[in-house]
Amino acid sequence: MALLEVRDLTVSFHRRGEPVFTAVDGVSFEVEPGQTVGLVGESGCGKSVTSLAIMGLLPKRGAKVSGSVTFEGTELLRLSDRDMRDRRGRDLGMVFQDPLSSLNPVISIGLQVTEVLERHRGMPRKQAMAEATDLLNKVGIPDPTRRLSEYPHQLSGGMRQRALIAMALACRPRLLIADEPTTALDVTIQAQILALLKELVRDTGTALIMITHDLGVVAGLCDQVNVLYGGRIVERAQRHELFVEPRHPYTHGLLASIPRLDAARGQKLVPIPGSVADNIPWDHACAFAPRCANALDVCRGQTPAEEWHEGRLLRCHNPVEPAADAAAKEDLRV
Amino acid sequence: MLRYVVRRLLQLVVVILVLSLLLFAWLRSLPGGPVSALLGERATEESRRALTAQLGLDQPIFVQYFRFLGRALSGDFGNSTGVAPGSTAMEVFSQRFPATIELSVLAIIIAVLLGIPLGYLAARRRGGWFDNLSVIGSLIGVAVPVFFLAFLLKYLFAVQLGWLPSAGRQTSGIDATRVTGFFVLDGIMTQEWDAALDALLHLILPAMALATIPFAVIFRITRAAVLDVLDEDYVRTAESKGLTTPVVRRRHVLRNAMLPVVTTIGLQTGALLAGAVLTERVFGYPGVGEALAIGFERRDYPVLQLLIIIAAMVYVLVNLLVDVSYALIDPRIRTR
Ligand SMILES: Nc1ncnc2c1ncn2[C@@H]1O[C@H](COP(=O)(O)OP(=O)(O)OP(=O)(O)O)[C@@H](O)[C@H]1O
Ligand code: SF4
Ligand SMILES: [Mg+2]
Repeated sequence: MALLEVRDLTVSFHRRGEPVFTAVDGVSFEVEPGQTVGLVGESGCGKSVTSLAIMGLLPKRGAKVSGSVTFEGTELLRLSDRDMRDRRGRDLGMVFQDPLSSLNPVISIGLQVTEVLERHRGMPRKQAMAEATDLLNKVGIPDPTRRLSEYPHQLSGGMRQRALIAMALACRPRLLIADEPTTALDVTIQAQILALLKELVRDTGTALIMITHDLGVVAGLCDQVNVLYGGRIVERAQRHELFVEPRHPYTHGLLASIPRLDAARGQKLVPIPGSVADNIPWDHACAFAPRCANALDVCRGQTPAEEWHEGRLLRCHNPVEPAADAAAKEDLRV
Repeated sequence: MLRYVVRRLLQLVVVILVLSLLLFAWLRSLPGGPVSALLGERATEESRRALTAQLGLDQPIFVQYFRFLGRALSGDFGNSTGVAPGSTAMEVFSQRFPATIELSVLAIIIAVLLGIPLGYLAARRRGGWFDNLSVIGSLIGVAVPVFFLAFLLKYLFAVQLGWLPSAGRQTSGIDATRVTGFFVLDGIMTQEWDAALDALLHLILPAMALATIPFAVIFRITRAAVLDVLDEDYVRTAESKGLTTPVVRRRHVLRNAMLPVVTTIGLQTGALLAGAVLTERVFGYPGVGEALAIGFERRDYPVLQLLIIIAAMVYVLVNLLVDVSYALIDPRIRTR
């Protein structure tokens, strides 16, 4: 049985005076125990909303969630607020994008780590402090005893994100969701945090949903990748297949726009033309059509359905032919 | 922190010196004066001149000021000429100060105890009927003039309904022992419960009138601050850890929302004196505010000088207290 099963997850925002906006539109995917699954796509494609829906953290008013999210067989979407609270932080942990704003500025790092231990593992404060020291050690924070008594503003960006990871993993959840955990950090720190996450999920057997707009992050970390566009999954494949043979024109474009160290000099990056602002609604069309090099007439008249092509999921009327990338296959070893 | 407090206290000395000079000059530039107030319009020119000389008001203003300053440094602020002739200004102050403190503290307690929880509740139920109703209520609270509200309360609850006393601090005839000058506190300390209760009943109406504006302001600031904090990322982090609602509220929402509220409480406490002048006047409540009102009418220079200088000191000290408690709540300031 899959650890997490997301079926037909749909989230729409209903705000007074605004048209209903569907941010996530029938998304389905699974996460096996210990597996690392990527959720990739440009800004605004619904990555965060998906993860917040799984965690039950969307605003109670204004957000309508439908579909199903089962975790170890339990339907999370129908859980009471209290039962969901019992699971958050214990069975499912989450790390957010901006470590500074994600930490409470007026209470110590120590309390922010121990409060979750007290809550879910019933530890008395003293024992929780000892455990917290251990945890900070594990996430690579030097001098943990001193750090525990400090406040978020006294830590560097990388240290803050490490502390947040420690909090999310404090109760050994089976699933960790990391929503762009490195976007707000310096490049060198990014690599360190990714390496840390990789090591931690390997050592603890925690499953990880890695949310990012950066395929480079996915390349080093994920077993399986879901590519989102306009609130829908447009391609899902194992990491290797996806990188070697991107079939969806959007994935193809994303890959072509990654700067590569081994790129021949003068070889130009090919960014995807246009932006998400050019999206057209999914009904009776492909939302990507205005930006797609492969677009056919049918793309503006009929919604492409999710279909299986040789072990991968695709939502496209005219996928990129595998042969077209034969050359790229040669020099891409991931 | 300690160095900061000391520096602020030194600044206070300078501020008070400058203020005392300005105040001194300003009071003497007002039309009328203690002599007309004491002797009335029909006094002879001769008796006026005699009294002017007796009060030292015939001297050049700088001579008057430095004489005042010299005496003030040894604790002598002169004799009251209007509020309580025969007493020193210091006696007027020390008799009335506890009354005003008692009233102000009760008013602030009412304002804080109602303003913070209601503001929090309104924020949690943003856009609901409770929120809308209390926002309108707080707007009215700020808009209604204090003296009008004081009259209204007095008329309704004291005059018409007779539920509460309409004036003073204590019903005459109650034989209460004085210890501190805080009547409620005295009653409790001496276990004269009837006196304590009687003093408290006298406080209720003026305290309510005085509390209105601070309450309305504290309510609105709390509501706005909680709304801001509820949207913060760290509240989402707290929720993602599965913390119980009370912990999320107290530790993560309220604690951060209290930062602007503490400043507001301080400013409102400092501004209370303006409201106290009107409220005490309406309720004939023998505090500093009433003395200021009477002092102005009768041009009682010594009493006005002392009371206004002390009011300024209290204002500065309250603000210092605010800064200190702000630093206690916010480690970003404390550990700078
Ligand atoms: N609370 C909300 N109310 C209304 N609309 C929202 C809300 N939260 C998100 N949205 C909208 O849903 C869409 C998807 O947002 P989401 O945050 O999931 O994007 P994302 O893929 O995480 O992008 P990013 O890379 O910028 O984080 C966006 O268009 C956003 O404006
Ligand atoms: S369905 Fe058509 S427009 Fe959409 S990605 Fe495929 S080819 Fe491009
Ligand atoms: Mg996001």
